[in-house]
Amino acid sequence: MAILVIGEHDNSELKPSTLNAVTAAQQLGAEIDLLVAGSDCSAAAEHAGRVTGVGRVLKAESPCLADALAENLAPLIVSLAGDYSHVVAPASTFGKNVMPRASALLDVQQVSDISAIESEDTFTRPIYAGNAMATVRSKDPIKLITVRTTAFEAATEDGSASIEEVTAVDDSGLSRFAGEELTRSERPELTTADIVISGGRGMQSGDNFPMLERIADKLGAAVGASRAAVDAGYVPNDYQVGQTGKVVAPDLYIAVGISGAIQHLAGMKDSKVIVAINKDEEAPIFQVADYGWVADLFEAVPQLEEALDEAS
Amino acid sequence: MKVLVPVKRVIDANIKVRVKSDQSGVELNNVKMAMNPFCEIAVEEAIRLKESGSVEEIIVVAAGPAQSQETLRTGLAMGADRAILIETDEPPEPLAVAKLLKAVVDRENPGLVILGKQAIDGDNNQTGQMLAALLGWSIGTFVSKLAVEADMIKVTREVDGGLENLELVRPSVVTVDLRLNEPRYASLPNIMKAKKKPLDTLNPEELGVDISARLEIVSVVEPPARSAGVKVESAAELVDKLKNEAKVI
Repeated sequence: MAILVIGEHDNSELKPSTLNAVTAAQQLGAEIDLLVAGSDCSAAAEHAGRVTGVGRVLKAESPCLADALAENLAPLIVSLAGDYSHVVAPASTFGKNVMPRASALLDVQQVSDISAIESEDTFTRPIYAGNAMATVRSKDPIKLITVRTTAFEAATEDGSASIEEVTAVDDSGLSRFAGEELTRSERPELTTADIVISGGRGMQSGDNFPMLERIADKLGAAVGASRAAVDAGYVPNDYQVGQTGKVVAPDLYIAVGISGAIQHLAGMKDSKVIVAINKDEEAPIFQVADYGWVADLFEAVPQLEEALDEAS
Repeated sequence: MKVLVPVKRVIDANIKVRVKSDQSGVELNNVKMAMNPFCEIAVEEAIRLKESGSVEEIIVVAAGPAQSQETLRTGLAMGADRAILIETDEPPEPLAVAKLLKAVVDRENPGLVILGKQAIDGDNNQTGQMLAALLGWSIGTFVSKLAVEADMIKVTREVDGGLENLELVRPSVVTVDLRLNEPRYASLPNIMKAKKKPLDTLNPEELGVDISARLEIVSVVEPPARSAGVKVESAAELVDKLKNEAKVI
């Protein structure tokens, strides 16, 4: 049977997370529909039509779908789910918010944050902050799945799927979107960047993060942080890498002044190459680092900046 | 208003978990257990709402083995008024927990359910959303600010792009994120007092809920190990290795 992917978008374009979810769907079956539910979302639907592997884009438009409120989006997913063997969404805050609501309405036990597909009903997922990997077989007639985006390559964009309108749902009237404060940045997005440089409690203050930003700009990197740095108010919440923050797996992860708590490692240990700069040589981060530099970060980071200049 | 706070007993967040050699799960015997850290934040928020006058009664509820009583006593010692244990042999899956909680909500009629956004054992991040679905209530997930008003609850959510504000029609389910508050420690007198607070025990049959598992555990294994690499002594050496050995810059 066909697979339904729930597209994450901002009405004008798809978020990259959707491309990873489509790749996961391709491992489950050949017939893939991609739902774009929003308001004035034709541009996002057209973007969805270009995603390789997508057969049909289902476009649902209503003012009540503009902000992906779970109370309105979940019933729409439920109304469509009967035609599918699997419903797949990225395990982003978008997917984590809406998918369990749809699952419960369908009486399905969702499988969250899968990192591998063993067969059409069997999936592997990290538990205990990635300190164990569980393989589970779903006995439900429809599988609802959220996908760890770093575990699946992004689908390419050279397709040409048809766009079909589907009937939107009525406003539940249960909740109202009342504004957002999004972090604006010229740098790449944390979860899709090839290089990430993160700061921890060792940074001592948000005023010291420009040190990392200068390195980031030289490398085309995103800037992240440990929970300790976010809790201390150095940087906003959306910088957080870890079990309960964002999961990243860049080609290069540079951890600066981060001790390497279990919950931080959970968010970055699948990076290809890890660099750790920390003055405490006993810090657990060194146990996972390919390159460790035991040094005071306030001396090391400016030296690194200079060395990058010299090497370029 | 009454508020219901579901809590879960999990392996203490500071303990390194061990996978059982028969691959059936994670070793729980003789391991230090504690209240899930996100549940502590939920209990704390309920207590603050009571202290500010928006809430009259706090009920903590757990679904799980008999030892979950200890977790409920922790909630009572922090400041909850009474506790309900729904005793099960095995820890139920999130959908089953949501159904059990719905049955408790139907009996108790709270105006608000506050719970952690995820438990640090299964990392599922489902129960609150599922409970709201089964109740047909509004939902605020990953909440870092919460204000109870006459006819609605205003929340700020931590989302991937930053922060999002929602107005929720009451009654609501709210799942809490790390930065909502700093949970208090229970004082010794309060721990003593908590022993006398009421704790009722129910079972899934009484609540009319089928909790049979929908997921079969095929295996639980250690993740692939990552070994420590080499130490570098200077920025030039690091840049050289990243450029010429790892080839990532």
